[in-house]
Amino acid sequence: MSKVVEIRWHGRGGQGAKTASLLLADAAFNTGKYIQGFPEYGPERMGAPITAYNRISDEKITVHSNIYEPDYVVVVDETLLNSVDVTAGLKEDGAIIINTAKEPEEIRKKLKGYKGKVCTIDARTISIDCLKRYFPNTPMLAAVVKVSGIMDEEEFIKDMEESFAHKFASKPQVIEGNMQALKRALMEVKGL
Amino acid sequence: MAIRDRLSGNEAVAVAMRQINPDVVAAFPITPSTEVPQYFSSFVADGKVDTEFVPVESEHSAMSACIGAQAAGARTVTATSANGLALMWEMLYIAASLRLPVMLAVVNRALSGPINIHNDHSDSMGARDSGWIQIYGETNQEAYDNLIQAIRIGEHPDVMLPVMSCYDGFITSHAVENIDLIEDDKVKEFVGEYKPQYHLNDRFNPVSMGALDLQNHYFEHKRQQAEAMRNAKKVILEVAEEFYKLTGRKYGLFEEYKMEDAEIAVVVINSTAGTAKYVVDRLREKGVKAGLVKIRVYRPFPVEEIVAALSKCKAVAVMDKADSFNAAGGPLFTDVTSALYGRADGIKVINYIYGLGGRDVKTDDIEAIYNTLLDIVKTGEVKSVYNYIGVRE
Repeated sequence: MSKVVEIRWHGRGGQGAKTASLLLADAAFNTGKYIQGFPEYGPERMGAPITAYNRISDEKITVHSNIYEPDYVVVVDETLLNSVDVTAGLKEDGAIIINTAKEPEEIRKKLKGYKGKVCTIDARTISIDCLKRYFPNTPMLAAVVKVSGIMDEEEFIKDMEESFAHKFASKPQVIEGNMQALKRALMEVKGL
Repeated sequence: MAIRDRLSGNEAVAVAMRQINPDVVAAFPITPSTEVPQYFSSFVADGKVDTEFVPVESEHSAMSACIGAQAAGARTVTATSANGLALMWEMLYIAASLRLPVMLAVVNRALSGPINIHNDHSDSMGARDSGWIQIYGETNQEAYDNLIQAIRIGEHPDVMLPVMSCYDGFITSHAVENIDLIEDDKVKEFVGEYKPQYHLNDRFNPVSMGALDLQNHYFEHKRQQAEAMRNAKKVILEVAEEFYKLTGRKYGLFEEYKMEDAEIAVVVINSTAGTAKYVVDRLREKGVKAGLVKIRVYRPFPVEEIVAALSKCKAVAVMDKADSFNAAGGPLFTDVTSALYGRADGIKVINYIYGLGGRDVKTDDIEAIYNTLLDIVKTGEVKSVYNYIGVRE
């Protein structure tokens, strides 16, 4: 990978899109990449639309603007499709990854004629099954790794195991569920 | 061996503070600098530093406490942003004139009003004549490296001035990026022990500080203060050289990017310099002789050095992330043009005010500026000197 891969996250305050972008940055960092992970801070409040960004590269990254022509867009909350222009600037040879129970071709109708790849992942079901609560960011993280191919999946799983062990040192009981959610998400992305 | 890590700018600065292990930190939270004392206070609670942490009730008190502590012989650090810096105003001048090398991390944010929490340089630019040394950093790495060097610069016996180490709010403070950290013991050795020449706890050499200073001596003291600022330039370069030997990372008064044969150049401060480097690379691919000067040390202002760097250019754009409201141009523009006057006349210099209140600066914006410079070179004509970019008019 010689060029910079740019990813834009759309979510709602409290769903962990910012955390997911930082986790992705972490995972890519651990595979030796140069990374940026940064949210666009607005008047943050629970439920309001938020945007976060990643740049991942083999070379040093110097650009410090927001991302306007992303390679990948991740939509953590499907209701945002009604209010946010999520495919704005998205490259046609890139992909959009949406958290929804719907099929890719069904959701494509909402994407204002976007011609690139549309992938879906039912992060809600995976999260409820594996974590007993709705934390969409873990499955979404795995889905973006799967679709973008920015790192080796096995390496990603191994790295996340270590990073969860560190992150959840005080509540190790949640590690297994999170790992399960990641692994299931890698298998269940549709539209590849 | 450097420690490869990924941290936000605020995390990096808090780590630098842990490694410096100051005697006193007095701080009051304000976005986007809040995390600096927040992370640092956890280092205090975890016993990782020996610092006396003073959670004061305002920024005026934060700076006052720092001044008191530094006067008593303590190495002192604090952090703030925007209106927090404004509330310190009165005390900034006291710290500088008492020649107390207090360290202040300024996480640049737009000064209200209208109220805004995002990045521009209106806070620290307003403090440019307060007698503090001002050093600016493009990235989390530079914010970290600058704070460590700032300790040595400010405390140098030829300087004895307080130092602001500034970096962009959110863009740098809250973005996680790669960084190379220095080992704790090496930072400890690099900053050394604080041995002030005079302090209030030295009972063998008692001194008064802050005494009334009227027509008799005030002017002489200000003259000495000005001399200290002149001395700082040499000390900054000496410290940078030593830092280079420690880390392999080179610092100067400013960074020249592809300036060797540049015909057009942009002068800019902080994170936008990184975005501009990307644009310079693209322009170079097309054969355009574009370059960039990124100011690191703004006070003292590197007059002769800037002239040398720009003297071969045909047209230069100075970018200011703060307006001066003087109907003439931004602060950096005024300083650059003053420097060139009589030393390198004939270079066409224009000004752009950009990014106020966190307005995002795109590569397209910077490219447009370089294109304007190309036009000026081609036609020899400057249509407008004082400009704005990225604003709806």
